Amino acid sequence: MSFLNHLINGMGLGSVYAIIALGYTMVYGIAKMLNFAHGDIIMVGAYVCFFATSTYGLPPLVGVLLAMLVCTVLGVVIERLAYKPLRQAPSLAVLITAIGMSYFLQNAAQLLWTPNPKIFPQFFATTNPDGTQQTAIPLFDGALNLKYTTIVNVAACVIIMLALTWFTGKTKMGKAMRACSENKAAAQLMGIDVNATISLTFAIGSALAAIAGVLYLSSYQTLVPTTGSMPGIKAFTAAVFGGIGSIPGAFLGGILLGVIEILAGAYISTQLANAIVFAVLIVTLLVRPAGLLGKPVAEKV
Amino acid sequence: MKKTLKLSKTSKGNFATYGMVILAYAILQFLGSNAVREGGLLSPTLRGQLVPICAYVVMALSLNLTVGILGELSLGHAGFMSVGAFSGTIAAIALQNTIPAGGPRLLIAMVIGAAFATVAGILIGIPVLRLNGDYLAIVTLAFGEIIKSLITNLYVGKDANGLHFSFITNNMRLGEGGQMLLNGPMGINGINKISTFTAGFVLILIALFVIFNLVNSRSGRAIMALRDNRIAAESVGIPVTKYKMMAFVTSAALAGSAGALFALGQNSLISTKFDFNTSILVLVFVVLGGLGRMWGSIIAAAALTILPEALRQFSDYRMLVYAIVLILVMLATNNPTLKGFFAKLFRKPEEVETGKGGEGK
Amino acid sequence: MSERVKREPTKLVPVPSTNIIPERDVDKTPILECRHLGIDFGGLTAVNDFNMAIGRTEIAGLIGPNGAGKTTVFNLLTKVYQPTRGTILLGGVDTHSMSTVQVNKAGIARTFQNIRLFANLSVEDNVKLGLHNHIGYGMWTGIFRLPSYWREERIAHERAMELLSIFDMEGLADVKAGSLPYGAQRRLEIVRALATNPSLLLLDEPAAGMNPSETAELMDNIVKIRDTFQIAVLLIEHDMSLVMGICEGICVLNFGQIIAKGTPDEIKNNPEVIKAYLGSRKEG
Repeated sequence: MSFLNHLINGMGLGSVYAIIALGYTMVYGIAKMLNFAHGDIIMVGAYVCFFATSTYGLPPLVGVLLAMLVCTVLGVVIERLAYKPLRQAPSLAVLITAIGMSYFLQNAAQLLWTPNPKIFPQFFATTNPDGTQQTAIPLFDGALNLKYTTIVNVAACVIIMLALTWFTGKTKMGKAMRACSENKAAAQLMGIDVNATISLTFAIGSALAAIAGVLYLSSYQTLVPTTGSMPGIKAFTAAVFGGIGSIPGAFLGGILLGVIEILAGAYISTQLANAIVFAVLIVTLLVRPAGLLGKPVAEKV
Repeated sequence: MKKTLKLSKTSKGNFATYGMVILAYAILQFLGSNAVREGGLLSPTLRGQLVPICAYVVMALSLNLTVGILGELSLGHAGFMSVGAFSGTIAAIALQNTIPAGGPRLLIAMVIGAAFATVAGILIGIPVLRLNGDYLAIVTLAFGEIIKSLITNLYVGKDANGLHFSFITNNMRLGEGGQMLLNGPMGINGINKISTFTAGFVLILIALFVIFNLVNSRSGRAIMALRDNRIAAESVGIPVTKYKMMAFVTSAALAGSAGALFALGQNSLISTKFDFNTSILVLVFVVLGGLGRMWGSIIAAAALTILPEALRQFSDYRMLVYAIVLILVMLATNNPTLKGFFAKLFRKPEEVETGKGGEGK
Repeated sequence: MSERVKREPTKLVPVPSTNIIPERDVDKTPILECRHLGIDFGGLTAVNDFNMAIGRTEIAGLIGPNGAGKTTVFNLLTKVYQPTRGTILLGGVDTHSMSTVQVNKAGIARTFQNIRLFANLSVEDNVKLGLHNHIGYGMWTGIFRLPSYWREERIAHERAMELLSIFDMEGLADVKAGSLPYGAQRRLEIVRALATNPSLLLLDEPAAGMNPSETAELMDNIVKIRDTFQIAVLLIEHDMSLVMGICEGICVLNFGQIIAKGTPDEIKNNPEVIKAYLGSRKEG
């Protein structure tokens, strides 16, 4: 039963990774860049939601929407200012710029909001008649604890994944997005506004990061300016694990990563959980060099 | 005839780099000497930074071999520095009684650091170098994190019976007079600082010697051929894995010795010092200095190690300024419009007339 | 010419090859023999039942419309792709399970349709990379610059200059390969391939982008290379004046299948070939 508990918790954590990884994978697919600042967008989203709910006492849902709005604007502005001028530059230059942007966001957050940790509110809890907070539904006489956060995470992740699949597959903008990720020049010749499409991708990715930020902090509560970097790296790993550029891949990679992390922590060693996650990634890439669901791209000779 | 001419042309650039390093060393030694010290030309902070600067210069040089010469992005270079730092420091402490003199002990520590990093480089290189591009980069990142986790959970102790190791939980029972060398997440404390600026300077020269001579040899040509066009390189009979490995492992070995140099200039050492951010920091040196340009790496590493200190007056804003400078430099050097603008700004008027395009990355 | 008569009694070409092995090579084994060579990509058969033999000093042509699978044949021969079916014999030795590198060491060198030079290296270094496996010193000798480093580098330099002189390119030795004009890049690729000391040289559209006078010069040079180095040349080319001018045997490929083999004259008048190139009258 405890195994099932860990498995469910892993899926909860994995769902958050998956949401971040979806943003990563979409940006990578279209801009072919590793956006290292993506993790820090999560942090910004979490701060916005924190202040909206704790300081200004707004309802959580408004907080999340506000965070999404701020992050969307932030993501688009970052793309316009820092990445767009480098469209033709070597990928390493873009990578370093993204790293610079990540430093910038972290240090700006440190100045604005101080490095002191903020304790994120517990959104997903019910108050018992005796006044204590309840954060989980006990099943089978308490043998299995189903946390509210886990339910919300998994539900949010599944909804987002389905929505994105529908969006990229069925809508005009989504098709434009796929066209741009295949071949920007050809897409432009077909009358697709490549710049607008890239902006849209950053907007969606950043909005997802905001949601992920709120969900992540609902489970892990301690909010500091560097909060975003580790889940950012993990989500990036998840995206590569599932096959970068692939939406179902990011979903699968995220869930698996979360499950592996929790199970490794529970049954092998908490200290080595991260090492095991990365080791699984390495082994996977050796067997499937393009990730679980990625398609290998052969170089034309 | 032509041959000698050409060689001297390549060598000229290399000798200029050696000259630059030697000159910088001479100047800093002079400024640091007792005669001038009272004038306060070299602040104590800067003097304390000399060994780390040397270590980061060697790190940047070695990473430039992987990124600039071999053309593969590595995001886990700090891992090799970590392996070298811990193995070298443990060796230095373990040998404290056998070899009391600091100089030879430092040399042994750097050799051991390089040796362990070489082994790590081979072990990691075998799987990593089968991948390409961004996948290779993410796997190096993963290895960097794995090395960090492993060292965080490693305990090393010493007693009359020799070295003892334990993993995750410390269940060591050391004999009489036993001493913990590496204490898991607590790292190593009370390091006897034996690294000197001169040792760092010599290590930079060795790194330059190895890299320059490797690049200008048959093997170096093969490595650069892989960077420029792997398929063509295979078609003329150049074995890919062998030469990728050669560059990667040489780079790891140099990073290992840099790690030992760095660690033995510190009072204490923890594994989280060598995390993803350190790898990125070194990568920034390499990219700002210019891919494949060794003198650029040296200047960038030295300047950017001092910069946060120099920005100390901005206190809280310094890292923010650092980030903005980084982004602006990347934009200025890589955007066609901005590049043209800056090129005009910094160029002599007569050159603008000819309208030659700016060169370099 | 009595090539046809000479070819009939040879037992050396067991596969149905109508390629013309030149008279001078007839008593030797062919340098290259492909038997029932084929490759599938997924469900698509790119090349099928490809049979051909090339004499030791023959200049052979591989022609066909775009997408016929010509470059794929080169990629099979150099093991960029592993064949799905069939065998490749190089000088009578099966190249099965060899890698691209091993095939090159065994004697096949090639150029590429979309030029693949080491663009950031000098012209001389490009040629020296072709000589890579003929320069005899290792990593440590290079780092410590031991005497054999200087000796071997001097020999390599002289050899590189000699090879560059085939196309009068010695003067460009120090130029970055990527900044050469297009025609010179194509020539440099040939020099680099020759430097590996091949017994079979594969040229993928060597005259692409060249004007008629450059093409004529190239034709002379290909023949000169064959005569000087005594090697076989297999070339893919769309310029019919070049193919008909210097090839002794021609093989025509369409949709991955050989549709005709023979001398230039035979090919010129083959109705199948004409149909493949011009389309049948009905479709036209």
